Amino acid sequence: MTRRVVITGLGAISPVGKNVAECWDSAVQGRSGVRRITLLDPEPFDSKIAGEVKSFDPQAYLDRKIARRTDRYTQFAIVAAREAYVGSGLEDSGLPPERLGAIIGSGIGGIDTMEQNHRKALERGASRISPFFCPMMISNMASGWVGIDLNAKGINLATVTACASSGHAIAMSYDAIRLDRADAVVAGGSEAPITLMGLGGFCAMKALSTRNDDPETASRPFDRGRDGFVMAEGGAVVVLEEYEHARRRGADIIAEVVECGMTCDAHHITAPAEGGEGSARSMSLVLSRAGVPAERVDYVNAHGTSTQLNDISETQAIKTALGEEHARSIMVSSTKSVTGHLLGAAGAMELIFTALALRNGIVPPTATLQDPDDGCDLDYVPGEAREADISFALSNSLGFGGHNVTLGVAKV
Amino acid sequence: MSLENRVSDIIVNKLAVKRSEVKPEADFQNDLGADSLDLVELMMDFEDSFGLKISDEEAGKLATVGDVVNYLKEKGVEV
Repeated sequence: MTRRVVITGLGAISPVGKNVAECWDSAVQGRSGVRRITLLDPEPFDSKIAGEVKSFDPQAYLDRKIARRTDRYTQFAIVAAREAYVGSGLEDSGLPPERLGAIIGSGIGGIDTMEQNHRKALERGASRISPFFCPMMISNMASGWVGIDLNAKGINLATVTACASSGHAIAMSYDAIRLDRADAVVAGGSEAPITLMGLGGFCAMKALSTRNDDPETASRPFDRGRDGFVMAEGGAVVVLEEYEHARRRGADIIAEVVECGMTCDAHHITAPAEGGEGSARSMSLVLSRAGVPAERVDYVNAHGTSTQLNDISETQAIKTALGEEHARSIMVSSTKSVTGHLLGAAGAMELIFTALALRNGIVPPTATLQDPDDGCDLDYVPGEAREADISFALSNSLGFGGHNVTLGVAKV
Repeated sequence: MSLENRVSDIIVNKLAVKRSEVKPEADFQNDLGADSLDLVELMMDFEDSFGLKISDEEAGKLATVGDVVNYLKEKGVEV
């Protein structure tokens, strides 16, 4: 019998809130978390704005020694994973630790740790590299630490597909449960890229918004005035659980993950394929594998980065996958309009928003959209959230490297 | 500040332990919860603070707080 996969826990720490309730409220209210950068001096950078997790104190969550030996990206993962796990009620369910997995993706990993140690090595010699450098920096350590923190002894790995990383983490976790490798998996992503090299690197690509005088509307997906994405940080994690397991223990089932589509553009390192061909196929795969007709899709949580290239090609992709007529009849929104782009944590953050949209019957808006660009001609839910009884949604994530992943999510 | 106090400060900070636990006979791994990576970092801190080089062989013999204090005294570290 096919094992179904449901969401029974949510956790997030992001520029728009330190837990899921705060993040959801901000998304629905269209309250941006983008401000002038405080984590480092923004003056040397073209983009001086970002979505930072405000006044984050790791010692509020972790003991001092652990806080010192974990990178910020790992700390976000632990915080989000705890919220999701506690909320799921699995802790007291008698689930054997061997049947609980953790798959946490990150696009970059511990880049701040990398930079600090590199600086030390250049200034004071290779012998001054911290013994914690490697275990703090590597991009699978968030997954490792979540395993330690929650005593999750089952499948544990990290996905690294740039801005699709946590979308893939969800997809891999979905597969793990379907294939009976686990009964529940703590799945998501985390990122802490606001550093000299992280910020400077994306600035060098001219990928970031320079709307420095108006941070709160700088991330404006699908808008004519968009000028790049806004870098953000945070962690987002869900608990995925086998449906019968969740039902038997009387868990609160938030939504169902119904298939995942994964494709590659095989085209260019950063630019999407013509017409969003790759992401169109990832959306179509969800529908064909799940046997769901395109007409059942009510809502698409778009990748919607606010870059010139993404927003038009993703619009084309949605039309290709769903048919132009149906695509025009549904709602499509980008919650990056308030969060900025959480890179490797974005896919999980947006799965959370998608699941809550289905459960609560509220579609979060593309908050900053005022003047849709030519070629951006769908209903992007501009400005205000909308009440709507929706039952099936898609959530897209696309990553440098041509990685595309689409999650199909259904109301339960 | 005495040598003992300076050593204690470093240990308290690095291992996040209480000062009262940092007794001369306290073993870094068995009593103060240090793992092998903590020990490497701790030795680096002693090197930086007292301006000397502790070889791997010497470091391997420094199991307790008292071992470190005695070692530093033998090396002629002045406070």
